[in-house]
Amino acid sequence: MSDFIGDWHALVVLLVAGVIPNQIWRLLGLWFGSGLDEGSDLLMWVKAVATAILAGVIAQILVQPPGALASVPWGLRYGAVVAGLAAFMATRRSIFAGVVCGEVIMLAGKWWLG
Amino acid sequence: MRAFGWGLRATSATILSVVLFVTFIGIGALAHDTHFSMLWAILSTVLVWAGPAQIILVSTLGSGQTILQSAIAVTMSAIRLFPMVVAVLPLIRSPDTKRRQLVLIAHFTAVTLWVECYRFLPHVPRERRIAFVHGLGCGLMGVALVATIIGYLLAANLSQTFGAAVLLLTPLAFLFSTLRNARELADVLALGLGLVLYPVAAQLNSGVDILVSGVVAGTLAFSVHKWRERRAA
Repeated sequence: MSDFIGDWHALVVLLVAGVIPNQIWRLLGLWFGSGLDEGSDLLMWVKAVATAILAGVIAQILVQPPGALASVPWGLRYGAVVAGLAAFMATRRSIFAGVVCGEVIMLAGKWWLG
Repeated sequence: MRAFGWGLRATSATILSVVLFVTFIGIGALAHDTHFSMLWAILSTVLVWAGPAQIILVSTLGSGQTILQSAIAVTMSAIRLFPMVVAVLPLIRSPDTKRRQLVLIAHFTAVTLWVECYRFLPHVPRERRIAFVHGLGCGLMGVALVATIIGYLLAANLSQTFGAAVLLLTPLAFLFSTLRNARELADVLALGLGLVLYPVAAQLNSGVDILVSGVVAGTLAFSVHKWRERRAA
């Protein structure tokens, strides 16, 4: 059972470094979002910034890859995403085709490189 | 109550549930490899409920960064939740909705729910939307929770290649699902500029690189949209 819970220190770190810094933005959205109109300029700007920040997270995972992804050379990481994008466009925006194609290219490249 | 069940079932009608499942297998596996407990992994999925933030949290703590550095990186990735909540709530709220009815919906809001709300809600009558989104959120979280546990248990048997494939799934899934949902030029521009500007902003090494590139790219995309709108008028 103690293996399941782990040490309490790590759970406190989860709260301080993970839960609070994350949830504060949802609470702010709940608090300040109530007065905003669906089609307002402010909301459009905020949505554009949200999309761009998400793009930043995507780019960060590709440029500074975590864990096992770092074992894949950068050219192969970018190549797999570009190939996935091509498949996504060619199939009239199928997320499934894009993801599968990107993964297959990455795995094939890794196998081929040894 | 029927709308809740409808929302719950809607999670089986979307490819994003599959993507969510595999992404959280990756997160469970990453948590195991970084020597966090099963309970830690489960709580991070239920309480943080944001794939990128969880990946950033585990990988920064695992690489020996301080709690403060991790917290800053997590909060930077989470800023996008603010506009997401702001954008999702007006789709759900009616004039007599109380704020406390929306607390759990705000918690459920993350990229998958955000995308799915735009897709499903136009077909859901407004008075049933609160129940529908609660069902959708519970369903998505259930999928992610099961995946976290499976990933954690599998981790011991994951090869490095499979681990890399699972981690690549997050950027691919986020990229294509956002792109699919982009209806306006501003959305596509924000996505493209954000991708291109992040590596530039990362050169600054400011600790808030994602925020810098996001605000610049988002503002540029918004300005282009306004400029075209004014020219068309």
